[in-house]
Amino acid sequence: MLELSNALVFPDLTQPAGWLPLVFALVMALAMLAYVILDGYDLGVGVLLRRADDVDQKDTMIASIGPFWDANETWLVLGVGVLLVAFPMAHGVILGALYLPVALMLLALTLRGVAFDFRVKAHDKHKPLWDTAFYVGSLLAGWSQGFMLGGLITGFESHWASQLFSALIGLCLVAAYCLLGAGWLIMKTEGVLQLKAVRWAQGSLWLTAAGIAAISWATPWVSERIFDKWFSFPNIVLLLPIPAVTMALFVVMARSLNRLPVRLAQGNQYGAAVPFACTVGVFLLAFYGLAYSLFPWLVVDKLTIWQAASSPEALMVIFYGTAVVLPVIIAYTVFAYRVFWGKSTALRY
Amino acid sequence: MDSFDPVVLARMQFAANITFHILFPTISIAMGWVLLFFKTRFIATGQAHWMDAYQFWVKVFALTFALGVVSGITMSFQFGTNWPGFMNTVGNVAGPLLAYEVLTAFFLEATMLGIMLFGRGRVSERVHTTATFLVAAGTTLSAFWILALNSWMHTPAGFEMIDGKAHVTSWFDVIFNPSFPYRLSHMLLASGLTVAFLLAGLSAYRWLRGDKGAAVQATLRTGLVVAAALIPLQIVVGDLHGLNTLEHQPAKIAAMEGIWETQKGAPAVLFALPDKTTQSNKYEIAIPKLASLYLTHDINGEVKGIKEFGDKHPPVAPVFFAFRIMVGVGMLMLAVSWLGVWQMYRANRSSLGMRGMGVPQPWLLRVLVAMTFAGWVAVVAGWYVTEIGRQPWLVYGVLTTAQAASQVPASNILVTLVMYLSLYTTLLMAYVSVVFHLARKAGKADSADHAPDSYAAAKPVPPGPSDADRGTYA
Repeated sequence: MLELSNALVFPDLTQPAGWLPLVFALVMALAMLAYVILDGYDLGVGVLLRRADDVDQKDTMIASIGPFWDANETWLVLGVGVLLVAFPMAHGVILGALYLPVALMLLALTLRGVAFDFRVKAHDKHKPLWDTAFYVGSLLAGWSQGFMLGGLITGFESHWASQLFSALIGLCLVAAYCLLGAGWLIMKTEGVLQLKAVRWAQGSLWLTAAGIAAISWATPWVSERIFDKWFSFPNIVLLLPIPAVTMALFVVMARSLNRLPVRLAQGNQYGAAVPFACTVGVFLLAFYGLAYSLFPWLVVDKLTIWQAASSPEALMVIFYGTAVVLPVIIAYTVFAYRVFWGKSTALRY
Repeated sequence: MDSFDPVVLARMQFAANITFHILFPTISIAMGWVLLFFKTRFIATGQAHWMDAYQFWVKVFALTFALGVVSGITMSFQFGTNWPGFMNTVGNVAGPLLAYEVLTAFFLEATMLGIMLFGRGRVSERVHTTATFLVAAGTTLSAFWILALNSWMHTPAGFEMIDGKAHVTSWFDVIFNPSFPYRLSHMLLASGLTVAFLLAGLSAYRWLRGDKGAAVQATLRTGLVVAAALIPLQIVVGDLHGLNTLEHQPAKIAAMEGIWETQKGAPAVLFALPDKTTQSNKYEIAIPKLASLYLTHDINGEVKGIKEFGDKHPPVAPVFFAFRIMVGVGMLMLAVSWLGVWQMYRANRSSLGMRGMGVPQPWLLRVLVAMTFAGWVAVVAGWYVTEIGRQPWLVYGVLTTAQAASQVPASNILVTLVMYLSLYTTLLMAYVSVVFHLARKAGKADSADHAPDSYAAAKPVPPGPSDADRGTYA
């Protein structure tokens, strides 16, 4: 049904059928990026929960993400929602190919989301059980998302090597989430827990770097087209800053994590936001690199954003809504983060 | 594995998920408004018990909301994994409606919930009340969009088919399709009734355990009065909804009524065992001509039977029984809530300062405890009537369920179905037991340290770091 033409023809971008799919690809990419960073830190905190010393530390860790996790997950609904409504054909292909990892992720997210509430409301003796559910849910959600990312890069190959690759990407994404989560805790907590978070960040730093290196290495080998896109002149010159800046960010992070314990011990919070900010920077660059490589394919070499798009009329209706509402969403999200700015305090209601 | 039909499995999986999901929005839609009511009563009267009521019920709300969110995320994936043909055929209609739900409702409720739950002390009282209002508005807006889409699947309008795909000709007709006003009202009232019985049931539970504070009385009274006020409205709206269904989906009505043969002066079948092989009812108990009377408002009006629709009719037995369960629970709700309100006025206890209102007799309180989740039974039964009653169509007259099914292997669906079912069963049991556990815990907290811990007594603190009570979340 889908013709594979080597000469990729870009449609007329002055027509709605041309620019609307592009806009929605952008909205979807931004939603996914927002999801990965925002839910990334709270999934990371969930994975790190098992390493906390006592109930107090666990409560503080969870308090730091309490007001946000719900809205953070909504970005996933928006990302998948745009895939569903703007690119219905790709939604079926992608989620059909990822049926089992998607199911695993959904179970994990369910377990995690409810554990968050149950742990403080259920009988005290059940609290450790819900903490375990929170940890396992966060871990599996992160891992299955990495597994899906691997599938997206390899074009949903069912070969065992591709599956193994995806499984490894899963581990690396968990590490990256831990790095984000640890960075978040360094910003939002104080004292013993904050120092522990610095050590956690150091622990996940190199696995994250390995994951990004693995994806960068594998991506051009999967598709000849991506290979050509990367290693042709002048693209290669324009692309070089991405790995260069990524490496620089890792170096900055490593240095910051080495210095922080001394400074924090003196009660100096200067630079407590550096690890988190650098990790976000790494995520942005990795995401940009990935988007650049895959564009305009939704399914590598099989389905482009234009082939998979809904009718221009339907997209136009959603476009008006998105143009009005998305800025409002961003505005009140910023408002919510400002309300809970600073070190987190105990949650009670 | 070959013996399993993937379409049947996909339907079971989707049904399991949507059944689990709908339980929680049903509570959170109306509960949002009830919380706003408690909070505004507190602001208006300054009576601490309204804030105590808010404080207790917001916990139930938060738990309910979390379960609704996570099961809702699953829904957004299963549209594509289970029914790819749905979006491929009617995506131009369904897509924008779903997109508007996410954009206008999901983010609003999720973000404002954070402020509503944890923001007191960090924002002004006015902003906190506004956040509470926006959460309630968000849940209701969400219901608006999703019921617009669901109603469109029953009574599609405002579109044309071009090359096998639906294209919208009028968005107004799509959204305000013929069954939408009835379905939306029916569902919102159902949400109100579910919450009313939850309020009354849990408060009765606390009262019977000796937890007889002003907050418990206020919520018991609110629950009973709301239930008594909404149930007659619901019966009228339900009847109108039925007449609307008769006009647009007569096969569903035939299945609901258990009427196989088209006839004038059709009987109202009270009980029977519909048998699809003989296409008739066994052990039928019926009142002659009554169905014609309430369906056509004419004692000799003609009602179409199931046989009229060939193979394009829903399975009769599940629709028939689900309808009787829904109506039965509704009648019970009417009897119990009216009796409860009557007993409340009779038991004049002006000494309690409740404007002359007392509480119902203990036996009725026990009935209320048993009916804490009665709303769920009626809602699920009602949804089974309408959704199974739509079969074999997914979009009535446009797309059948089988046409929309995916090519996912039956084994994959079966494995995940078992996983979902075990998770949902566990979570449902956990939810119900935790809600009652919260009620017991609230009773203990009330008698132990009432005043200092009271929400009403708490003064907002300036934003910023605070070491006080670290880790005493909730």
